[in-house]
Amino acid sequence: MTTKDPEATTGQKHIEGATGPWEIVIGLEVHAQVTSSAKLFSGASTSFGAEPNANVSLVDAAMPGMLPVINRYCVEQAIRTGLGLNAAINLYSVFDRKNYFYPDLPQGYQISQYKQPIVGEGVVEVDMPDGSVVEVGIERLHLEQDAGKSIHDLHPNMSYVDLNRSGVALMEIVSKPDMRSSEQAGLYVSKLRSILRYLGTCDGNMEQGSLRADVNVSVRRPGKPFGTRCEIKNMNSVRFIRAAIEYEARRQIDVIEGGGVIDQETRLFDSVNGVTRPMRSKEEAHDYRYFPDPDLLPLELDQVWIEDIKATLPELPDQKKKRFIDEFGLSPYDASVLVADRDRAGYFEEVAEGRDAKMAANWVTSELFGALNKQGLDITESPVKAAALGQLIDLIKDGTISGKIAKQVFEIMLETGGDPAHIVEERGLKQVTDTGAIEAVVDKIIAANPDKVEEYKAKPKALGWFVGQVMQATQGKANPKTVNELLKKKLDG
Amino acid sequence: MAELTGLTIADMRDGLRGKKFSAKELVEAHIGAIENARMLNAFLVETPDKALAMAEESDKHLAKGEARPLEGIPLGIKDLFCTKGIQATAGSHILEGFEPPYESTVTHSLWHDGAIMMGKLNMDEFAMGSSNETSYFGPVKNPWRRPGSNADLVPGGSSGGSAAAVAAKLVPGATGTDTGGSIRQPAAVTGIVGMKPTYGRCSRWGIVAFASSLDQAGPMARTVRDAAIMLGSMAGHDAKDSTSLKVDVPDFEAALTGDVKGLRIGVPKEYRVDGMPGAIDKLWQQGIEWLKAAGAEIVEISLPHTKYALPAYYIVAPAEASSNLARYDGVRYGKREDGEDITDLYKRTRAAGFGAEVQRRVLIGTYVLSAGYYDAYYLKAQKVRTLIKQDFEKAWEKVDAILTPTTPGPAFAIGEKSDDPLEMYLNDIFTVTANMSGLPGISVPAGLSDEGLPLGLQVIGKALDEETVFRVGGVLEDAAGFSAQPDVWWR
Repeated sequence: MTTKDPEATTGQKHIEGATGPWEIVIGLEVHAQVTSSAKLFSGASTSFGAEPNANVSLVDAAMPGMLPVINRYCVEQAIRTGLGLNAAINLYSVFDRKNYFYPDLPQGYQISQYKQPIVGEGVVEVDMPDGSVVEVGIERLHLEQDAGKSIHDLHPNMSYVDLNRSGVALMEIVSKPDMRSSEQAGLYVSKLRSILRYLGTCDGNMEQGSLRADVNVSVRRPGKPFGTRCEIKNMNSVRFIRAAIEYEARRQIDVIEGGGVIDQETRLFDSVNGVTRPMRSKEEAHDYRYFPDPDLLPLELDQVWIEDIKATLPELPDQKKKRFIDEFGLSPYDASVLVADRDRAGYFEEVAEGRDAKMAANWVTSELFGALNKQGLDITESPVKAAALGQLIDLIKDGTISGKIAKQVFEIMLETGGDPAHIVEERGLKQVTDTGAIEAVVDKIIAANPDKVEEYKAKPKALGWFVGQVMQATQGKANPKTVNELLKKKLDG
Repeated sequence: MAELTGLTIADMRDGLRGKKFSAKELVEAHIGAIENARMLNAFLVETPDKALAMAEESDKHLAKGEARPLEGIPLGIKDLFCTKGIQATAGSHILEGFEPPYESTVTHSLWHDGAIMMGKLNMDEFAMGSSNETSYFGPVKNPWRRPGSNADLVPGGSSGGSAAAVAAKLVPGATGTDTGGSIRQPAAVTGIVGMKPTYGRCSRWGIVAFASSLDQAGPMARTVRDAAIMLGSMAGHDAKDSTSLKVDVPDFEAALTGDVKGLRIGVPKEYRVDGMPGAIDKLWQQGIEWLKAAGAEIVEISLPHTKYALPAYYIVAPAEASSNLARYDGVRYGKREDGEDITDLYKRTRAAGFGAEVQRRVLIGTYVLSAGYYDAYYLKAQKVRTLIKQDFEKAWEKVDAILTPTTPGPAFAIGEKSDDPLEMYLNDIFTVTANMSGLPGISVPAGLSDEGLPLGLQVIGKALDEETVFRVGGVLEDAAGFSAQPDVWWR
């Protein structure tokens, strides 16, 4: 999200078809694994990467006579998420059974929430690179169990089932069909992920499957009613989501413009070939026979508990962004880049505290983030700690080093993790501000280059050449401001 | 020592504590009775070794004067209860050989209180049936026969094995479960006492689920007092069952004061159904007279939605069952029939593993929950359920307990009704309302039918008021003085 994607800045809203413009309509169902040490209805562990079937309780394996008991912490996490999405918390919600047969679904049904979810309508503000904000409505959030995993490629004619994930708590977060471009959809997922991570309710790890999305795509003529949608299942990367939407929208336009109609269907994205394909119809011809789970009482929440949770909510990205703008005078874009990740925002704040915030923002977003991205490091793994970067900025501010030298020092800090003052001292990079010493160099260069002095008289732009010479002679350590002032005085005088 | 098997639980308790006999002697007598009664087909698994080991433990407790509430009392367990390391089949082929690695909360509580496990009792498959004929392991025979006839009769169901075992004095008490009448109906037709407590009184954890919102465990015994003693150990809150009630367990036995003076007993006019045998009506009237004589006030009441209870029950129960039984797929435990692919494996396993009645109910349940039918069937049945609950709530404004017959007739012959599911379902007509409303109910043996077979009267009480139910049941029991015994033909 933080990188400036050239395609993303086009602000494209309509796709040009052979017969005129089309608008893409996108809604997302995001499945976010609840951060919790135990499963939604059993005490089994949720740790990732355990031996197959190591984290399976009698309930998860659906042994006869076993009963689900709701994990209070998972409910708290869902409430926390709902509050973070500016959504209504339903004091009364119901768990239903969604019935279907599959080997990795031991009960023969998934416990989910159908008609009465725990969280109702909310809204997520998505910051676009052009500074505009797109409001994406949240339809609902409900709690449900994850299924296990079927592994079909370990044996020629048998399948293996791993029930470690069976019963793990998921939040299904359903958006309204409010997005109009793949870019908006991608940024929505990133924003949602950011909010969840701030809240500590989902680790947002898409590679491990902690955050997955089903993407509903349709096309229509601008201003006309919605078209028939197709659902692209189980997407686990923002890049793929965007690519799948682009492909799917184009496919639908081609079908319609070719005189065909769109079948409402479930499709899968083939990331290797960049295309979507229909799932086998057999797999989607389900009648889930939802009905309230008689093993669980309706979930009734106490408003006081919700208020207690509300009181513990951290500052969320939108609030932080506003504060960064107000308090630090940052541009909305810089602010949104900084707040996207809680750790990055925290790092920035530490650097900016008591310093020139814009300067801090520049150093953090361009120098530091650039370097970290290149090395594939997370902010928490940064060799340059926030305190050290702050000291580096202090050294620029108090004139100890120039901005240019500071970049050299920063490179060394990245490699060695060293202290900036120490590096400046050790390598003799201290800026020369002693006017006498600089004046001597200036005088020497003016005396040695009478032709250039003549040139300057005709073209004052030639001053730059003199500056360069002085800086070279002082190995960049001369204070550029002093150099400029002295040169002007001598050459003009 | 044959006479030991004729004692009530209360008498056994006294005898054991008074050192008149040991737990070992008591258990040995019952092991003998069970072995001699195999033709009743009441037990699916006999656990004599376990019983003797437990008896030895009980005798130690007794010797130290540290007897627990059910110390040394031999009990039979309906096969719906999961018992650690002992086969639990729920009467189904699909669970044949399944030995749970865990113990149900109710049986755990019984053993914790010193009771002794005698074995697992036969039942209708997955508790679906009113005659025990749907068991994969063959029907249980009622110890009672029509005088002068050798025809085998059904013991009722689904807790038919429990009822037969208690009636034939193979055990003094047994656990049952009641979803639509599965404790009270077999108790009535075998001449014993059966009590279904308030929904949520006993934990369902570890009991194979039939219809989760209706299933409730309860005691079956030969006297009201024995049922009260057993329930005291079976009941209690369990954090592992979200529908279990967080309430204290009263001293049920202490509720048997014999005093119903001034108690208002409701008699619902809607329970007088067409075609009800004269003996049933006569017995009901008799019951009214007994309670009147004991000082109770009889109040005619109306439960206007009663006639919808049975059809609504036969929508709700199969709907839940169709989902509860989905886990029996041959993948993780129980029977598996291999197939060409996973779908084929499911089909073959379930076709071979489930009997006809179970398949019928899974189909009905699947149908009533299907898109397009849900509102017309399941949702409407749930509304009926609410109306039935409201009927009772209104009744409680006027009365303290309700008296009805338990069943529309006595035990019938094996095979007599098995071709007609609707006729079979009518057995539950007086009992399903208590399940639909979650209320406690007891069946007490009260007399004999014209052909000399036992009949029961039912007392229904307010939610969590088992005490009044037991008290009224006790008064009926005393007044009826039911002392008839089946001839012992099965040895």
